[in-house]
Amino acid sequence: MSVMKIKKFSFTYAGVDHPSLKSITLPIQKNKITALIGPSGCGKSTLLRSMNRIHDLYPGNKYDGKIELLNEESGKFENILEIKKENEFIELRQKVGMIFQKPTPFPMSIFDNVAYGLKIAGIKNKSELSDRVEIALKGSALWKEVHDRLNKSAMGLSGGQQQRLCIARAVAVKPEVLLFDEPTSALDPISTGAIEELIVELKKDVSIAIVTHNMQQASRISDYTAFMYLGDLIEYDKTENIFLNPKEQQTEDYITGRFG
Amino acid sequence: MRLLINKIFLGLSIGSALIGLSFLAWILITLFMKGLGSFHFSLFLNDLIDGGLRNLIIGQMILAGLASLIGIPLGMTAGIYIQEYGQGKYASLIRDLSDIMMSAPSIVIGAFVYAIVVVPMGGTSGWAGAIALAIMMIPVVINTTDSMLSLVPRELREAGIALGASKYKVIIDIVIKAAKVGIMTGILLAFARIVGETAPLLFTSETSNYFTLNLNESFPSLTVSIYDLANEPEKSSRDLAWAASFILTVMVLIINLTGRFVTRNKK
Repeated sequence: MSVMKIKKFSFTYAGVDHPSLKSITLPIQKNKITALIGPSGCGKSTLLRSMNRIHDLYPGNKYDGKIELLNEESGKFENILEIKKENEFIELRQKVGMIFQKPTPFPMSIFDNVAYGLKIAGIKNKSELSDRVEIALKGSALWKEVHDRLNKSAMGLSGGQQQRLCIARAVAVKPEVLLFDEPTSALDPISTGAIEELIVELKKDVSIAIVTHNMQQASRISDYTAFMYLGDLIEYDKTENIFLNPKEQQTEDYITGRFG
Repeated sequence: MRLLINKIFLGLSIGSALIGLSFLAWILITLFMKGLGSFHFSLFLNDLIDGGLRNLIIGQMILAGLASLIGIPLGMTAGIYIQEYGQGKYASLIRDLSDIMMSAPSIVIGAFVYAIVVVPMGGTSGWAGAIALAIMMIPVVINTTDSMLSLVPRELREAGIALGASKYKVIIDIVIKAAKVGIMTGILLAFARIVGETAPLLFTSETSNYFTLNLNESFPSLTVSIYDLANEPEKSSRDLAWAASFILTVMVLIINLTGRFVTRNKK
């Protein structure tokens, strides 16, 4: 069962003639991890950044087609490309969280970092805030390391801890989908391992899409894999099929390291 | 051969650096010798009319403080506009104008304020002086805010947006906080710059021998009084000018050092 359906989706950056994504059709499965792989410039990050419409920060981009997100309450799919109002954008981004390549702790305390999204969601009650922060930090395997210094600046954490803090911050608002944009490419192997474990752990509660340059990572953690090349979706299948039995020659060439 | 050229070039650079530095040292030494000679703590207790500098120091700080109250909010909001909201030609036009304003001769700004404030008001005043200093300050604050905000990584803004925050909230809660130290340093340096200005005050606030807090009349200014005192024939007046210059230099030095100290500790 899918939580997001991308249908014939095309995307053109502002001031560019040809589209960066050409008629992509792809589901994001519920409580599964979908990996987007492909060589640099293939459009995988562009696609990921369309799923919460973070592109809208920069005006002039063009969308075509549909990206439908499941509304858990009504059970219906709603096209997120039709969103225009500020409050709908806030709702969308609280449902579809994002973790970036470089850790992005805000210049405030650890507690305030995790509480930031909750406050935007309108939670003011202090005990509820601290409960939700604790749950989020526990869920991101960071609680043990930071529980005695929640009021210290988040900038003092290590890179790996900062990235887990960002995950906690995104998880705190109870999103339905989490988008990871190369979340481990700035981290050392041990931190990378911790983040990978965490992502697998998280799929109990959320559906995940992850962009990665690391094919071992895709094969280790993902359930489904989409291989993209020059703005086209070449192949989408269960991860084991993509890696063991690709149907397309291009996919096979890429995963065996012959190009890319 | 290459080694020789290298040595000649190194020698030339060291030589030029020494020449520059020796002039700076010369200024400071003269200032300290002449200034300290006529320096006395009673200068802080008496007004100029009684041979002290109290009213001038307080007046100068009030003028610079008022200028900051006008200049910092205007400069910061303009800087935020250019960096965060402005796109394309309009923002870069403002940025260029601000750069040009930064290099405008301060006497021209003084003359401008004379024409638009002093003449209509019918006389020099503390307000006119503060406005002239504020005009000096605005482009510096715009420039600092603009360049410090540009150092904040794009991802940090996106991370805020990705949590559902609106753009203004991201700017206030996250971007400005991340750039806080740099902006504060820039503001301190801008303050240090205007606190020592003479030309913009020369025919806007002028100066006064008496202590006053009334901004509608000529206002006591340390720098303008240094200019006046230095032109007087009596030695006592010129000694007082040296003492005033010494105090002003130390004040500016302290503000500058505080600015640097803050940056170093926070980074």
